[in-house]
This record gives sequence, C-alpha cells and structure tokens, in this order.
Amino acid sequence: MADLENTSEDSIIICEDVHKWFDDFHVLKGVTTAFKRGEKVVICGPSGSGKSTLIRTINRLEVHQRGRIVVDGIELSDDLRNIERIRQEVGMVFQQFNLFPHLTVLQNVTLSPVWVKKVAKSEAESEALALLERVGIEEHAHKFPAQISGGQQQRVAIARALAMQPKIMLFDEPTSALDPEMINEVLDVMRELAASGMTMLVVTHEMGFAREVADRIIFIDEGAIVEEAVPAAFFDNPQHERTQLFISQTLQH
Amino acid sequence: MENNSPQSASDKIPFWRDIRVLRVLFQVSFLIGVILLAGILYTNMLRGLRGLGLTLNLDFLNDEAGFGIAEGIAYEPSDAYLRAFWVGVVNTLRVSVIGIVCATILGLVIGIARLSSNWLVRNIAAIYVECFRNIPLLLQILFWYTAVILQLPSVRESFTFFGGVFINQRGVYLPSPQPTSGVKIWIGCLAVGFIFALALYLVRLRKLRQMEQPGFAAKWALPAFLLVAILGWFLIPGKPFTLELPALKGFNFAGGIYFSPEFAALLIGLVIYTGAFIAEVVRSGIQSVAKGQWEAAKAIGLSEFQTLRLVILPQALRVIAPPLTSQYLNLTKNSSLAVAIGFPDLFNVGNTMMNQTGQSIPIFAMIMMSYLFISLTTSAYMNWYNRRINRIGR
Amino acid sequence: MEERAPNQAIKPPTESKDILRWLKENLFNTWYNALFTCLAVGFLYVIFKGILTWVLTEANWNVIPANLQIFLVGAYPREEIWRVWVVIYTLGILTGLSAGIWGGLALRLALVIGGVGGGIGIILAFFPAPLSSRLGLLGGVVLLAASLFLGRGRKGMRLWVLGGWLLSFPWTMVWLHGFGGLPVVFTSNWGGLLLTLILAAVGIVVSFPLGVLLALGRRSTLPAIKWVSTAYIETVRGVPLVTILFMAQIMVPIFLPDFRIDKILRAMLGITLFSAAYMAENVRGGLQAIPKGQHEAAQALGLNYPLTMLLIILPQALRSVIPAIVGQFISLFKDTSLVAVIGLLDLLGIAKTVIANPDWLGLQAEVYLFAAVVYFVFSYSMSYISQKIEEALEVG
Repeated sequence: MADLENTSEDSIIICEDVHKWFDDFHVLKGVTTAFKRGEKVVICGPSGSGKSTLIRTINRLEVHQRGRIVVDGIELSDDLRNIERIRQEVGMVFQQFNLFPHLTVLQNVTLSPVWVKKVAKSEAESEALALLERVGIEEHAHKFPAQISGGQQQRVAIARALAMQPKIMLFDEPTSALDPEMINEVLDVMRELAASGMTMLVVTHEMGFAREVADRIIFIDEGAIVEEAVPAAFFDNPQHERTQLFISQTLQH
Repeated sequence: MENNSPQSASDKIPFWRDIRVLRVLFQVSFLIGVILLAGILYTNMLRGLRGLGLTLNLDFLNDEAGFGIAEGIAYEPSDAYLRAFWVGVVNTLRVSVIGIVCATILGLVIGIARLSSNWLVRNIAAIYVECFRNIPLLLQILFWYTAVILQLPSVRESFTFFGGVFINQRGVYLPSPQPTSGVKIWIGCLAVGFIFALALYLVRLRKLRQMEQPGFAAKWALPAFLLVAILGWFLIPGKPFTLELPALKGFNFAGGIYFSPEFAALLIGLVIYTGAFIAEVVRSGIQSVAKGQWEAAKAIGLSEFQTLRLVILPQALRVIAPPLTSQYLNLTKNSSLAVAIGFPDLFNVGNTMMNQTGQSIPIFAMIMMSYLFISLTTSAYMNWYNRRINRIGR
Repeated sequence: MEERAPNQAIKPPTESKDILRWLKENLFNTWYNALFTCLAVGFLYVIFKGILTWVLTEANWNVIPANLQIFLVGAYPREEIWRVWVVIYTLGILTGLSAGIWGGLALRLALVIGGVGGGIGIILAFFPAPLSSRLGLLGGVVLLAASLFLGRGRKGMRLWVLGGWLLSFPWTMVWLHGFGGLPVVFTSNWGGLLLTLILAAVGIVVSFPLGVLLALGRRSTLPAIKWVSTAYIETVRGVPLVTILFMAQIMVPIFLPDFRIDKILRAMLGITLFSAAYMAENVRGGLQAIPKGQHEAAQALGLNYPLTMLLIILPQALRSVIPAIVGQFISLFKDTSLVAVIGLLDLLGIAKTVIANPDWLGLQAEVYLFAAVVYFVFSYSMSYISQKIEEALEVG
C-alpha cells in the first residue's frame, strides 16, 4: 500500500483508507493515494474492480463509508456546503455521456453556470460557445443531443463539465460506449485538455492513451490498489502478477 | 490504519449544513406539519360532533338497525347495525365475484374476436369496445335499470324461457337445484370416479414421460371422470338433484334462485363495461407476443391449438395479469355505484346507517377499510401470482 | 425454368372479382368463419332492426331539443349564456393560434376539435335547435380557422400563447362566476355539460401539482415522506370515487365548520384529492423511466435537488406521461358523472331531472341515450387525440 509520505503540500486530492460497501459487497477495501495538482492519472483494472466507484467517491456520487477524502483542502463529509463546493471544483464525464436530451447542446453547457454559479445568461453563452469551439462542435450548438453522433455528444459532455471551470476532471470510461471510429476525436480533446495543465483522473481501457498522456497509472483489482507506477515502468516492468496478467490480456486487443 | 481523524473532521460540521441532520429535521418538520393538519381537522371534528350531540365511539354498532335490506344473507330489521353492514359486505363480494367471472369470460371472447381473421367479427368486437368504454358506467347502469329492466313486463306477463326461467320487472327467477337423498351416493360415485381418473392421469403421465413425448396428460382422465359422473347420475336410484322451479304465488314468484332488478342492472352494467376493458387487455396481451413466436411454433410443427396453449397464452398471461388485476379491482370498486339504484351493497348499507345514526366518521372508516381490505388482499394475491408466473421460464 | 421477357410482368388476378375475393378472404376463408359471418349478420340484423325501428318510429325525441339548454349549461341564467360562448371562443382562438404556430400535432388537434364542433353544428341542424346556438358554434369554428391562419409562422407569439393557455383556466372560472360589474352566477347554478367539463378540468389541472409532489414524495429517499405519500396514494386508489365524493360532502362541513363551502366546491375538492393519487402514479411512471445517469449528471454539475427536479427530471418525465394524463382526463371526464349521485346537476344529473319531470315521463331511454352520445363524442374524440399525441411523442 502506498505510504502517506507523498501526500505533500501540492496534492489536490488525498484519499486515506477509503472503504465502500454496496450492501454486503465490499467494493473499496481501503484505498490510499494522492493526486498532485496538474497530474494526469489513468486508473485501470478489470471490470468490477471498483475503479469507477473510486472516482465517483471523489465528487461524492458515491458516499464512502470509512476513511477520508480531501479535495483541494475540502474534506468530503456530510457537510452540505463542502459537497456543493467540491461539485463546482470537480467536473465529471460519464461513459454514457448523460447529456440532457430535452436541452440543446448550448443549453446543456450553460445550465450549471447559469443556475449554480449565477452567471449572466449572455456571458454564460459566449463562454459556452468558446468551449464548444475548443472541443470542435460549435456548429452544432443549437441541435439536440439526439441529433449528433456519440463522439460529438461526449465532446459536448466534456465542454459541459468544463463550463464550471473545474480544477479537476474525472473521466469514467469516456470512450467505452463509442463506436471505434469516434474514439479518437474524444481522446484528442482529452489530450488537448491534458496539455493545458488540467488535473485529470481517467478510468479507461485505452492503454495507448495511458502510455502517452498519463503521468502515473494506478492498477486496481478487487477494491484495492495493486500497483501504481509511471507508464513506462507499468507497461514494461509490471511488478505484480495480476498486473502482468491484466496487461497481457489488454494489450492483445 | 483506522485512526480517529475522519470522525473528528465530521464532528465539526455545523448542524444546519450536515446532510444527516438536515434529513432528520426535514422529515420531523414534515411529520409535525401532517400531524398538525390532522390535529386541526380532529379538533374541528370534535367541536362539530359536540354541536350535533354525538360522541365518537362504536357502541352504536350493537344497536338495533331497524331498517330492512331487500336481499342478501339472512337478516332481520331487528338485527344489529354490525350485522346489517356485514350483509352489505357480502352483497358487494357477491356482485363483484360473479361480475369478475362473467366480465373475464366476456372480455376473453371479445378480445380474441378483435383479433379474428373474420372482418365482420373483428369490427363488431371493436365497435362494442369503443362504445361501452366511452360511456360512463353510472349512465349505463341507470340505463339498464330504469330504461330496460324496470320497463320489462309485469309479474303476470313475465318472459318465460324453458318453462323455468322467468324475467320480469321484479327481477330474474332461475330454477335452483335442490339436493335429494340420493346426493350422497352420487358424491360417493364422484369420489370413486375422481380416484379412477387420477390413476389414469398418472399412468398416462408416466407413459408420456417414458415415450418422451409431449402430450395432453389428462386426455384419458377427463372423459373417464365425466363418464363416471354421468353414469352415476342415471344409474343410482332417484336423481341426486331436483330442480325447484320458481312458481307464481299470489303477486310474486317464490322458490328458485332470485336476482333482484337492482342486482341484475348492476351486474349487467359492470360486466359489459369491464368486459370492454378486459377485451383490450387481452388483445394487447396476445398482440404483445411477437409474431415470430407463432412462426417458430408452426416451424416446429405445433398445431394452432398447441401453439396457443403452449406458446402464446403462457407468454401473454404475463403481460395480461397486472392490468387484469387492476380491472378486477376497478370492478369491485365500481360496484359501489349500487347506491345509485338502491342495491344494498356495503356502501349503500353504510350510507343508510349514516343517515340513521349520524355516525358518519366511524362508518366512513369502516367502509374505506372494507374496500382497502378487498383491494390490498386482491393485489397481494395477484402480486404473488405474477411473481410465480414470471419465475417460470424467465 | 420458364423464361419470360422482362417487360412481360405477371398481372395480378383479374380486378373485376375484387369484391368477391375480399369477401372470401375476409369473411368465408374457413368453414367456421363462414359460420361466424352468418351468425354475425343475423345478430346485426336483429339489433339494427330493433334499434332503428325504435329510434325512427317509437322514440319521442322532442324531449332533447326542448331541454337542450339545460343539458348544456344547467341553470346558468339565460341572459348570461354569452359568457359561456366567450369561453368557447377564447379556447377556440387559443387552439387555432397554437395550431398555426406549432403546426404538427397541435394542427391535428385543432382539426379534430374543429371537426367535432362542426359536426355538432351539423347534427343540431336536424333538430329545431335555436338559431343562435348554431350560429354561435359556426362562429367558433370560423374563429378557430381564422386564428389558425393568423398564427401561421408567428414564432414570436409562442410565449404569449403559452401564457394564454396557463391563464385560460383560472380566467374561465372567474369569468363564469362573475366579477366587477358582471352579475355573479353562483356555482350552484352551473350545470349540464358545462359542469361536467369544468369538474374534469379542475380535477386534472388542480390535481396536477399535487400529483407531482406526491410522486416525488413516493420516490423520496426520506422514509417519512415516502411512507406518508405512499399511504395517501394507496388509500385513495383503494377506495371508490363515490365514497370520496360522499365523504367530501359529509365530512368537509364537519372538519372545516368555519368555512362555507358549497356543494360543487366540495365535489371539486373530492375529485381533486381522488385524481391526485392517480396523477401521482402516472407521474411516478414517468420518473421511473428517467435513467439514473440524468440524476448523476445533474448532481455532478452541482445542481441541488429542487433544481435537478425542475430543470432536468420533471421536464423529461412529464413529457413522457402526457398520454397517460390524457387517458386520466378521459376517465375523469366519465367519472365526474358520479356527482349525479350526490345530487349535483352535471350532464347525467340533468338527465335524471329531465326524466323525473312530469312533462316527459317514460322517456328514460331517449334521455339516457342522448347523454350517452354526448359522453361518447367527447370521450372518443379525446382518446383519438391521445392516440395522436402518443404517436407524435414516439416519433419526436
């Protein structure tokens, strides 16, 4: 288990012995780690290993039942104000995009600035258009989500999360629900985002992306961190038996 | 690893921001609001009752009812209110059960007719459904009662069918089977026949298993049982039942089975109205079974009857059961429209009791509990049944 | 295999025998279908002969035109009936404008409503109905068509029309009741079809917010709120409407002795409380159909519970339950006839009083059939509309 020594001053997220149960099922069995400001971390592991649950505890979509999570100096607890603040600092992108189908692309992006941050509508819209341009779909701003492709929807979802000007972005298998030819357009946006210095936690099976972009790779199995390392060490010299097995299985594809 | 830092952090949350505290506070204030509202209504009620010189208790239930009830189980006006209410409950159950059986048969026939390949049959069924679904049930009941049944001929000019069925404005009279001394022998006969049929059934079931052939296991047992029953009927000395025919005595018929005009109108209205809804349930249930199932069944060589029995109906039943339940409950609740034509169902009797005693609150509570009890037991049973049919093969 | 020139296509069997072929395929394709056809023809012959003979020769239809006005508006004063016409015209204009602006579904609805209105006008022509009501109806259809034309392509009027719809209900109630210089017509004088429609509209419109709250309550994670909501919904759905109507009549004066609430308001209260439970179940169906991801995405964006519900969940859920709500409106429209049991003079109540009138004794069948036809026309055209809505929602 990683020691707590690296939870230094510049850590933006600190997880200490995080436990989570779904009824009797122990999903997270004491995860301890920390993420530095601007760090890009890829979290991987077999399905059902708890990797999605881990990043969902970080913006409290799942409530951890034991341990401690501190995000940018704010501890996640039952304190309503802390939860509100953390949700504004952490953006999230889902596997199924989860765009709001009854709102246009532009309305999806301006929704939370207008209603949560109380930004003036015109200002929110010009910022949203800038974001949409950044992810390359400004021409679809007035369409509904159902009228654009999956890759475009996921890019809108990224823009929507960025509209809150978060310090951290969580990606929960952002390309798993996409047709193969659309994966790259989403990964390109994520690469650009990584280059801009955003702190990113990415749960993904895209090992090429991991090797290229990640500063660190965390391998989770059965609710615990098995191994964490820089990409080169992780892929070329995995220490743990289960990691070796996972890498050999994943890279075959 | 388990240090005390997590606890210490969460202890510092001010209560007005702590989700756990807020959840409890919100619920408590909600409950206080509900209780306060109920309390205001309750004190108002007590004040109102005092004004009327009434107290809230159930003692009146043992008092003499003093009003007559036209039909139902044994009851005298000198019986207690509780007994009168029970008569109403039984009448509600009686009309509901008979109504449910008839409406199901009618709905099944009409529902299947709506899918008939015969253009005329299909469209008559569709017109039936659209007409009766779109006219209020109360209007239909009033129509059957005042415009049809009460316009029937008088007692002396009754319509007569088969010499034993009489229909007139006082109601419907049917012959009733009366058991004679021979009935015990015949029942014994039936028991023997049943054992015999059971043996045949088991034998055939084993044989089918051995041959590993599907088939109708009761193919021998059913005719055998019927044969014993019929032989027994004719061979034992004296018939087991005699038919008691209604006979004109004085100004009215006596004997036989009697349905009052109110009962008949209510039943006709409920059956025709609910039948139209059940027909739609049946139709959509059968249509919900994919067309591929018919084709697949045909492809493996099942006959039309076998397809319906083995493939389509079991699947359709799953879709049909829940909406059918709500139709049954609707019929039961709709039987309260009896009050409009004076059939003494539980609501009507309760209403009379309210008018006599002024004890509207306990009586309303009794009425609502009775309906709730019927509704909840029916839906509990149907939920159990749904789970059972859903477990098989899914 | 036989070779054929490509232009020598095989012609379908000769056209002249089409009717015979249709008969054979649809009525006599098997021996039992032939039998059914014969039985059905016999059945239809007996029924139609009976009904037609009665309708054309035996029935006394004079009772209908003689009482037409009270069938339609009950005891609403004769000199104030123009107010009812104003309401009809307002709704006609709103429908026409909506049809013009939105087109599509709204257009089809307007056509159905216009068709029903025109149809009633034509039917009235066969009765010695007063000229004014025929002209009035014609005026309504003309207004509808005119505003349809006017509204075409005017997207800018959208908000105005929506606002008009929202205001139309309270305005109708106040307008019919009277205010300012208008003479007051007490609700006790409202009756006939007018009352039937108002009761159904109140039952849906007022129960809507209640039903949404109850549905949210039943899906709440807070046990106290969940159990209270569930208990309310299941209790109301477990008992007949008649008991609730009677209860409103008898219990309201006991529970609220300080308010003088007249019979019609008590009936409205009963219908609303009843309808809210069914509305809640319809809305709950819509809420359940919303994927969990929508809640999560809203939470992740920092929206709190009220905002999530108002901006994300309810708009989607309510859209999907529109057909169910229309269905509920139809059954409520029929169920309002139960107020006749507690002595209100809705369409059915009026029918009962007409039958009891010594001038028109023995005409139960005629009067009830007339009422049945009116209920049928409304109820059937509404279910047609709801079918169209369902189709449109599935496509859209």
